Amino acid sequence: MLHTVNKSPFEKTTFDSCLNHARPGDAILLIEDGVYAAVKGTAVAERVAALNGDLSIYALGPDLSARGIKDTSLIERISVVDYGGFVDLVAEHDVSQAWL
Amino acid sequence: MSYQINGTTVEHDEEGYIQELDKWSEQLAEVIAADENIEMTDEHWEVVNFLRDYYEEYQIAPAVRVLIKAIKKSMGKDKGNNKYLYTLFPYGPAKQACKIAGLPKPTGCV
Amino acid sequence: MSAEENGAGAEDQKKFLYVNRRAPYGTIYALESLEVVLIGAAFDQDVSLAFFDDGVFQIIKGQDTAGIGMKNFSPTYRALGDYEVTKLYVEKESLEERGLTADDLMEITYEDEDDDWAEKSSVQLVSRAELSEIMAAQDVILSF
Repeated sequence: MLHTVNKSPFEKTTFDSCLNHARPGDAILLIEDGVYAAVKGTAVAERVAALNGDLSIYALGPDLSARGIKDTSLIERISVVDYGGFVDLVAEHDVSQAWL
Repeated sequence: MSYQINGTTVEHDEEGYIQELDKWSEQLAEVIAADENIEMTDEHWEVVNFLRDYYEEYQIAPAVRVLIKAIKKSMGKDKGNNKYLYTLFPYGPAKQACKIAGLPKPTGCV
Repeated sequence: MSAEENGAGAEDQKKFLYVNRRAPYGTIYALESLEVVLIGAAFDQDVSLAFFDDGVFQIIKGQDTAGIGMKNFSPTYRALGDYEVTKLYVEKESLEERGLTADDLMEITYEDEDDDWAEKSSVQLVSRAELSEIMAAQDVILSF
């Protein structure tokens, strides 16, 4: 299953709720303001780092660039994808859940 | 509503501001100016180019009082004043010059 | 600058604070706030801006929106000095919670008319407690 999260983890509980419901083997793609959850050294970074290794977490590159977030600021386990990668993730998973 | 230039069409709004900023050219500026009954001189170009530089740097067209202050700073008070700029652009230096410069309507123009 | 010096009488000049608490591109609040500030700057009031919670993301340097097809309005914050908006309060705690420091913020400056046009920073880092005091001292708070 693919989860997308588009809200800031500092403003809404969306990202937390997604983490609470994601299962091993799932993928989470952070988009729009959701990409703020990908940055290390923040109040939510510890939670991301402590997640089960079976969860893959991605962040959308263009949304990171728009917000001035450099690749070097990202939590190690996060992979950056472009729009093509977004489409691939959707295609690879039977079900997508958009956490709004 | 549109300007015609070399057989191509550039759309503008009801006040004459072009819709797509990257469609601007010096030739188009001449066409817009003619539409405003302005004949472009070096002095007009100086202001138009100043506005384009300002937009490039700050992503806004400045309000008229901000424009005057900025021109005063870079070109001196002979040019950075209301009278000089209104002589060049009688219907308002910010509004008319912005239109010719292919920029949106000035931000903070009351 | 005192109220007398910048033209409005002290009795008719009010303290306006614009509160910015949202990230820049996910919603329209940040851009709307900036536009209202620029328009409102014509009215010669004592204007300041507060950036806290996700609002601190608005003035992060290095924003590049080419990939998302939206206008990058972050350079416009650097024009605020031309509009005589020279007090931008940024809350330290909000930066820390987001893994940010003052070095991550854009340089936003103004030229001080009362000090031979010296270029000075418009950004002032304040604590949460200080920001509460600043808010309590306003006549009008506009929240975005």
